Amino acid sequence: MSALHWKFMATFSPTIPVKIPEAGHGRGGEQPPIIGGGGDSGRSDGSPNYGQRLRRARLGLAVALAPIFMFFISIVSAYIMRQGLLTVDDRSSTGYIRDWIPVQLPLALLLVNSALLAASSITAEMARRQVTRQAALAPLRSIPGVSLGAERSFPWLAVTVTLGTGFLIGQWMAWQELANRGFYVATSASSSFVYLLTAAHGIHLAGGVIVLLYAAIVSLLNKPVEARRIVVDVTAWYWHFMFALWIGIFAFLWFMK
Amino acid sequence: MGLALLVIIWLITFFSTYFFIAKTWWLPHGVAAAAPWIDHQFTLTYVIMGIVFVAAQGALGYLVWKYRDDGSKRAVDYSHGNTTLELLWTTLTAILFIGLNLMGSHVWASERFEPAHADAVPVEVTGMQFAWYFRYPGPDGTFAKTEPKLMDPSAGNEAALGLDTSDPSAKDDVVTGTMYLPVNREVALTLRSVDVIHSFFVPSFRFKQDAVPGLAIHMHFTPTEIGDYEIACAELCGLGHYKMHGMVHVVSQDDFDKWLATREAEKQ
Amino acid sequence: MVAQDAHAHAAPQGFIRKYVFSLDHKVIGVQYYFLALVAVFVGMALSLLMRVHMIWPTAVLPIFGEIKPETYLQLLTMHGTIMVFFVLTTAPQSGFGNYFLPIQIGAPDMAFPVLNMLSFWTTFVAFIVMLSAFFAVGGAPLHGWTGYAPLSALTNSGPGEQLGADLWITSIAIFCIASLMGALNFITTILDLRAKGMTMMRMPLTCWAWFITAILGLLAFGVLLSAGILLLLDRNVGTSFYVPLVVVNGQVMAHKGGSPLLWQHLFWFFGHPEVYIAILPGMGVASQILSTFSRKPIFGYKAMVYAIMAIGILGFVVWGHHMFMSGMSPYSAFAFSIMTMAIGVPSAIKTFNWLGTLYKGKIRFQSPMLYAIGFVSLFVSGGLSGPFLAQPVLDIPLHDTAFVVGHFHLIMGVAAIFGMFAGTAYWFPKMFGRMMNESLGRIHFVMTLIGTYCIFMPMHYLGMAGQPRRYSQFTEVAYLHKLMPLNTFITYAAIVTIAAQFIFVINLFWSMFKGPKASDNPWEATTLEWTTATPPPHDNFGGHTPVVYHGPYEYSVPGAPKDYIMQTDPAGVTAH
Repeated sequence: MSALHWKFMATFSPTIPVKIPEAGHGRGGEQPPIIGGGGDSGRSDGSPNYGQRLRRARLGLAVALAPIFMFFISIVSAYIMRQGLLTVDDRSSTGYIRDWIPVQLPLALLLVNSALLAASSITAEMARRQVTRQAALAPLRSIPGVSLGAERSFPWLAVTVTLGTGFLIGQWMAWQELANRGFYVATSASSSFVYLLTAAHGIHLAGGVIVLLYAAIVSLLNKPVEARRIVVDVTAWYWHFMFALWIGIFAFLWFMK
Repeated sequence: MGLALLVIIWLITFFSTYFFIAKTWWLPHGVAAAAPWIDHQFTLTYVIMGIVFVAAQGALGYLVWKYRDDGSKRAVDYSHGNTTLELLWTTLTAILFIGLNLMGSHVWASERFEPAHADAVPVEVTGMQFAWYFRYPGPDGTFAKTEPKLMDPSAGNEAALGLDTSDPSAKDDVVTGTMYLPVNREVALTLRSVDVIHSFFVPSFRFKQDAVPGLAIHMHFTPTEIGDYEIACAELCGLGHYKMHGMVHVVSQDDFDKWLATREAEKQ
Repeated sequence: MVAQDAHAHAAPQGFIRKYVFSLDHKVIGVQYYFLALVAVFVGMALSLLMRVHMIWPTAVLPIFGEIKPETYLQLLTMHGTIMVFFVLTTAPQSGFGNYFLPIQIGAPDMAFPVLNMLSFWTTFVAFIVMLSAFFAVGGAPLHGWTGYAPLSALTNSGPGEQLGADLWITSIAIFCIASLMGALNFITTILDLRAKGMTMMRMPLTCWAWFITAILGLLAFGVLLSAGILLLLDRNVGTSFYVPLVVVNGQVMAHKGGSPLLWQHLFWFFGHPEVYIAILPGMGVASQILSTFSRKPIFGYKAMVYAIMAIGILGFVVWGHHMFMSGMSPYSAFAFSIMTMAIGVPSAIKTFNWLGTLYKGKIRFQSPMLYAIGFVSLFVSGGLSGPFLAQPVLDIPLHDTAFVVGHFHLIMGVAAIFGMFAGTAYWFPKMFGRMMNESLGRIHFVMTLIGTYCIFMPMHYLGMAGQPRRYSQFTEVAYLHKLMPLNTFITYAAIVTIAAQFIFVINLFWSMFKGPKASDNPWEATTLEWTTATPPPHDNFGGHTPVVYHGPYEYSVPGAPKDYIMQTDPAGVTAH
């Protein structure tokens, strides 16, 4: 190969630098193995490359977080713009009105909810590490005669799902409390934003809950642990992001009311 | 095909440029103080862009003809580009575009950053689906309050704006469907809208500004020639957008005073 | 071939899995392409009805009857929305990008094939919802594709603003989600699935364009989605995000305190990057074709890449130039104006480099090249009216006039569509295994190029003379009467140009079945899609992965035996 390379360089033009490709110059330059064909067939193959799939799924998640972040950023920007806005209304003495009513958030309840979500973020991380360990040990287990002893299998996934559901129920209760205090969706732009931000966050988190439920069911169906690992790993990272996002939203709503 | 392309591209360039240069269709005659400045900036931009347009299209037509594959053994220039050239034209375009922009900015600033003169004629322009109303504050110099509940578009004028008659300053407010302005005197405009966004566009004044519900937008300009000019709505406002037009009558100061006095008298 | 047969079992069997709910990026690409083809004909038909109504406002048409002013506005809204979302965003990026991005970077498929399928079918649902607005009570909305609030946020502001407007915004929201899934897939694919040796700086410019376009979509569509949700809430729940105290036809509405400008900010924060989403893939295709058919490396590959990046970044900070007349702070107009002028610089660099590519080349005039040259010409013409509109002071007479309509139709409408024509003519042999007819291609090119100039160049004159856009007829405003001859000319030009598009469609379908068989590399091009079979096998490269040794545009290398060196050619010579 390299002899050919030099022959070419000598005979023809020095202006085309022909670099012989080497593996390992950036992950993108690596070569995806052919797993039996195009998209349809990847899963039907006997030996998929789980490490590569995990990396790709994590990359996909990182990319997916960008529009989610932009979505919330745009609502927050709208909130800030709307909050300071004066509009014309001849009926007021100055000719302008500012109709922003600060929302009385149910602080205690929201703090409890935040604590629930914080705890669930920790348990999601435990679940992630647990499945990572299981995946690492999986090849050993298949060797006959190798015993790994009784496995500690605390149901971190189930705990996470429970805590996450608890958070969503808590948010629902917070909405009811808001309504009791007279803040409905259309009461003031401020209350509209509170409902909108919490609802949007809740829907995103509910998506995470559904995926974790799926992962839990998959674990019962005797699927390879590596496949489950990818689901749990990516969802755990997503979950952490949702926790951070909630803290951001909560702090924003509290300090910017 | 190379020759055909050259002919087509050059003909397109020629005809496009011809109608610009011949001014067959052009900005209407400008009759406001800012118009000459805007027209000057327009012409300057147009000359520069016209030169670039003719040069670029001309070069495109010429190059595709000149370097067509005519079956000869001519060698192709094997080149990946030229960094000096790239930097050169990047710099030149940047200077050209940004310089052009800065040159026109003072007109923008004078109409918007500075308040109107104290002796300017105050006029409030209100857009609603699909009519313009013009309100003059009368001798007391203040616009009376309007009350949304009282707005009755079918009644027109004062009633359409929902003029609050309990407000003492409402007595001398004049509301019309046609705009009268004195010549060579600054107009202090307040733009409002009661329903959706409209845009107050008088091509002859080189004036355009959206009227936005919830905002009172203050602008000023000076008409410089007596005459009748058309107002068109320039922001899509619903099914009657195309017929939401009005007239501006620019008259002498005397005629303006007489007209206003007549309207005041009619009101009493 | 043996390798291909060995893997043939992997290909899906059965019609539904193969052609309808397929996971194969090539099938999905073709699905997107045909969706856009249907959409472009719907959009074009709407524009024809609009042009007819402008000239003969009282004409009674067969089937449609008489077009009323509100119907005109509904046609206009749907024309704009369908063209921008389901044609300009769908065909160049999702259509060609899906088909050729994996092949050009040497990947067997997209990173997430299931997501890819979902994103197509979500787009399809969005299109159906959009079309259903025509059949809603009151018809389609009349608020224009920009949907400015409060016109779009009130249900009683005009016909079509009830269910039709809800369907319209719902369709756009669904489309946002579909585009986000697509963008996610494109970015991950490019970052993770490039073949060995395919460094970022060896990617064809088409891939760079799709990559940056995907990033623009990723950041922009989330914002449009949130803007759409706020609009739906204002319309249906009674919130006041966009609507202040308003009185519609004497009726005091319940809203208070909202900001119409908020919608414009959010919309144009999406809307301006959207313009580049439409045109960047066309730029990529034009670069690829100009280099191939000039038999010359692209002039300034790196400058082209940096220009695409600069356009992408600056595209996010210029949205305010749509709002100079909106009542936005006049001070911010300065900043937006300077940024807008700055974005002209990378666009100019690209034009210079295209001309530099032609210079001293050896140009072959096959139909892909004709369309690419047309693209450059239209891009220049449409681009040069930009510096007028970018200056706030010149925007005073020109804003919202026919000048703007001419400007953006030339640059993001017709130029982008010429990019699609070019892409179709260039890749048709690879996609369908047959060649398109050259004579029909030439006739269609000449008629369309001249026709579009006849339609959109006069609009600049109309705009200077003060003709506002979105006027259904020119009977009411007196100074518009004298512009009627020019408007009539445009309508006739439009009828001829629209008729010419049937030549393209006939060529497309006739060639698909009857065209001469294509070889694997009919254009003697260098990029990876031309190394594989025609049409490409299910896994794109028949069981092996390509290894890349060169940049994408090695044409006429001195001393090489042929005038092009494939990217996969280890040395550029046949080795023994």
